[in-house]
Amino acid sequence: MTDRIVNGTGAAFLALSGAAEAAYQWNLPAPVTRVATEIYDLHLAMMGIILVIFIGVFGVMFYSIYAHRKSVGHKSEHFHENVTVEIIWAIVPFLILIAVAWPATKSILKLKDTSSPDITIKATGYQWKWGYDYLKGEGEGISFLSNLSTPQDQITGNAPKGEHYLLEVDNHMVVPVNKKVRVLLTSNDVIHAWMVPAFGVKQDAIPGFVRDSWFRAEKEGIYRGQCAELCGKDHGFMPIVVEVLSAEKYTAWVDEQKKKIAAAAEDPNKKWNLVDLKARGEKVYAANCVACHQSNGQGVKGTFPALDGSPLVTGPRGKQIEIVLNGKRGTAMAPFGRQLSDTDIAAVITFTRNNWGNRTGEVVQPSEIRSARK
Amino acid sequence: MSAVIDSGHAHDEHGPYGGITRWITTTNHKDIGTLYLWFSFAMFLAGGVLALGIRAELFQPGLQLWHPEFFNQLTTMHGLIMVFGAIMPAFVGFANWQVPLMIGAPDMAFGRMNNLSFWLLPVGALLLVGSFFAPGGATAAGWTIYAPLSTQMGPGMDLAIFALHIMGASSIMGSINIITTILNMRAPGMTMMRVPLFVWTWLITAYLLIAVMPVLAGAITMLLTDRHFGTSFFNAAGGGDPVMFQHIFWFFGHPEVYIMILPGFGIISQVIPAFARKPLFGYSSMVYATASIAILSFVVWAHHMFTVGMPTAGILFFMYATVLIAVPTGVKVFNWLTTMWRGSMTFETPMLFAVGFIFVFTMGGFTGLILAIMPIDIQLQDTYYVVAHFHYVLVAGSLFSLFAGFYFWVPKWTGRMYDEKLGKWHFWLSMIFFNVTFFPMHFLGLAGMPRRIPDYALQFAGFNEIASIGALGFGLSQILFLWITLKVTVLGQGETAGQRPWEGADTLEWTHLPSPAPYHSFHEQPVVR
Repeated sequence: MTDRIVNGTGAAFLALSGAAEAAYQWNLPAPVTRVATEIYDLHLAMMGIILVIFIGVFGVMFYSIYAHRKSVGHKSEHFHENVTVEIIWAIVPFLILIAVAWPATKSILKLKDTSSPDITIKATGYQWKWGYDYLKGEGEGISFLSNLSTPQDQITGNAPKGEHYLLEVDNHMVVPVNKKVRVLLTSNDVIHAWMVPAFGVKQDAIPGFVRDSWFRAEKEGIYRGQCAELCGKDHGFMPIVVEVLSAEKYTAWVDEQKKKIAAAAEDPNKKWNLVDLKARGEKVYAANCVACHQSNGQGVKGTFPALDGSPLVTGPRGKQIEIVLNGKRGTAMAPFGRQLSDTDIAAVITFTRNNWGNRTGEVVQPSEIRSARK
Repeated sequence: MSAVIDSGHAHDEHGPYGGITRWITTTNHKDIGTLYLWFSFAMFLAGGVLALGIRAELFQPGLQLWHPEFFNQLTTMHGLIMVFGAIMPAFVGFANWQVPLMIGAPDMAFGRMNNLSFWLLPVGALLLVGSFFAPGGATAAGWTIYAPLSTQMGPGMDLAIFALHIMGASSIMGSINIITTILNMRAPGMTMMRVPLFVWTWLITAYLLIAVMPVLAGAITMLLTDRHFGTSFFNAAGGGDPVMFQHIFWFFGHPEVYIMILPGFGIISQVIPAFARKPLFGYSSMVYATASIAILSFVVWAHHMFTVGMPTAGILFFMYATVLIAVPTGVKVFNWLTTMWRGSMTFETPMLFAVGFIFVFTMGGFTGLILAIMPIDIQLQDTYYVVAHFHYVLVAGSLFSLFAGFYFWVPKWTGRMYDEKLGKWHFWLSMIFFNVTFFPMHFLGLAGMPRRIPDYALQFAGFNEIASIGALGFGLSQILFLWITLKVTVLGQGETAGQRPWEGADTLEWTHLPSPAPYHSFHEQPVVR
């Protein structure tokens, strides 16, 4: 099983050739966990059984079509029942099924066993990105969002597509090699599914509930997957990228993240000026809002409301703060209070109130968001 | 019964009203069957156009034609229209035409209800297709309309809910009619174990429909109140559970798959013996196998949900129950093959489609077995492998059986033979392009391409291109079918068909009725044996 085609080889080839040459992958991606290897082998074994049955059954059918035709003068016989034969062909498949169900059952017991993990990470599905919180084990306290990093120009065809088109994110989920990682899955809005084929993991993320899965990656590298449950407009644009590092490199990564957290800790009472806050808000807008409300602030008619000229955005700020914090029930507008910091929310609101045709000149300070949360 | 026959004497040669009134007011099972078939054909073409819209976008990576939200509307509406507008009504059309003819009954039991159950359908279809023009467009939550995504949708979702309610009511009325007709109006001597298999499969299907359509109605009503009246059936924030929607939906949804295939099994079980010139092998085991499949279909629903995170015991139960279905399904395939064995076969279009059905449907059965094995399903759930699987059973299964049935019975319906040469072309084109379209999707699924995405990573480009080319070919082949149908029905072209154009066909419509079957048939009940 060493000569399996490695997932992504095709894509790499594509990037090298630089042409829109089509790529073909015929089987499951190369597994890097025990569970994924078992699934891979189980699938091969099933295909073997199926192939034998297929050849047997259709061998008989095509022989019959060849030999028992009226045009070659075959006269029909009139038998129409044979209890022995009928019992045999009910029992034989039954026995085959038992033979298949046994190894499958053993695999299920393994893949459902999420006990005693080395590291526990919570993955939260958002429309349309993933958030990761390192809950237990080395790296505890690290928390970040992971957005698609493929530029819009590549999607619309205005720029050549990169090697990992649609399978690349700004922040990888990073884990150490050979450690049991338990992933807790939940969602902030609708049902998503967290899938990494090389690990043999796919688990739905359900709003209001926590489900779990696990993997122990045996090989360093970068593994890619996508959201597997229809979750709205950008379902196809929220990939999952897991980077598996050696123990030392992982420790170094954790240190780096901790430093970043310390540096990013902000004074919630800081008074911001319009220019700085608007600049920051533009980034927040690009990462969180642009998918629906669009970069021109016009939204999508009939589906996502325009912000440019909206009375909500140009009117009293309290109502807008409330909607950004708590979302709007029955629409795709998520409660961003759970995802973004006070400063980010203040920044994005300031940005929307002072961009496009909106010229309120108002600065919404982080302290106002903090008090609105209460 | 005799009183009815006496008073009916005066109406013996009573033909239909002329013009449009005939179709609006008709209580005649043949007229209503025709209406059902044309309606389902129109919906089939509409759903097909949506499918081509999907495949056109997926021809190349990148977004070329549609916004992602419109793409989701296309996949959703393609599914809903094909399931509720095309496949189900088409089978009811066959039941309307064939059940009375095959059991020697003069008509369906409830003529006026029959009329109503048809005329509800265009209303539902209008709501469904019209929802594209609602603010925000049609529902884009997938044909499975999982909550809470479906609670986010615009008014298009409400229109779809009403459409499903109306179409569900139509299905229930149709089923009551079919059950009553089969149980009460069989010709003397036609005991249940002598009823043709098509009739048996429809009897069982009708019971399935009555059992599960109300469950769907319940699910979508809860969705409606969650959307508008502040309930929280599927909203965790209010104490509900989104996964409960999936349980309820699939409790309807899994029997629904068998609703869409069992009558197809029935058609194949009529066609194969007719063209093998040999009685159906294992009639009674076919009946028992059909009933077993129907019963098992109620206890396997959660295999659609292996990745929601069920307890291990639940997973094992649903996996074991699911693989069990392979046993009765295998029995059916073996019986068909043994019916062909040592027969004297000819391969006119109905037989081609029947043999093609066995071949490709069995492949769909095999992939179903793969998907039933939960650890493998972890990799394949919600990928293109699933898309390939259910198109192998729904297109190669249901649709090909409908084609087989159409070519088989159209001489009896119209009194004319269809164009055999074009029919064979239709078969070969459909068969080849079907496989070009859907076979590559197995590989896409194995490689990990999720379903319902408007754009994909570059490693999926090759097979998507092939699938899109195949889809275009498959779509164009159905225009040929439209022409064949128009020729033999509206244009009235084709050789005159005798009473029994198929040598081996021996059910009542072939042995007792001329072609075309008269507007009122079996005034006097035939006696079987």
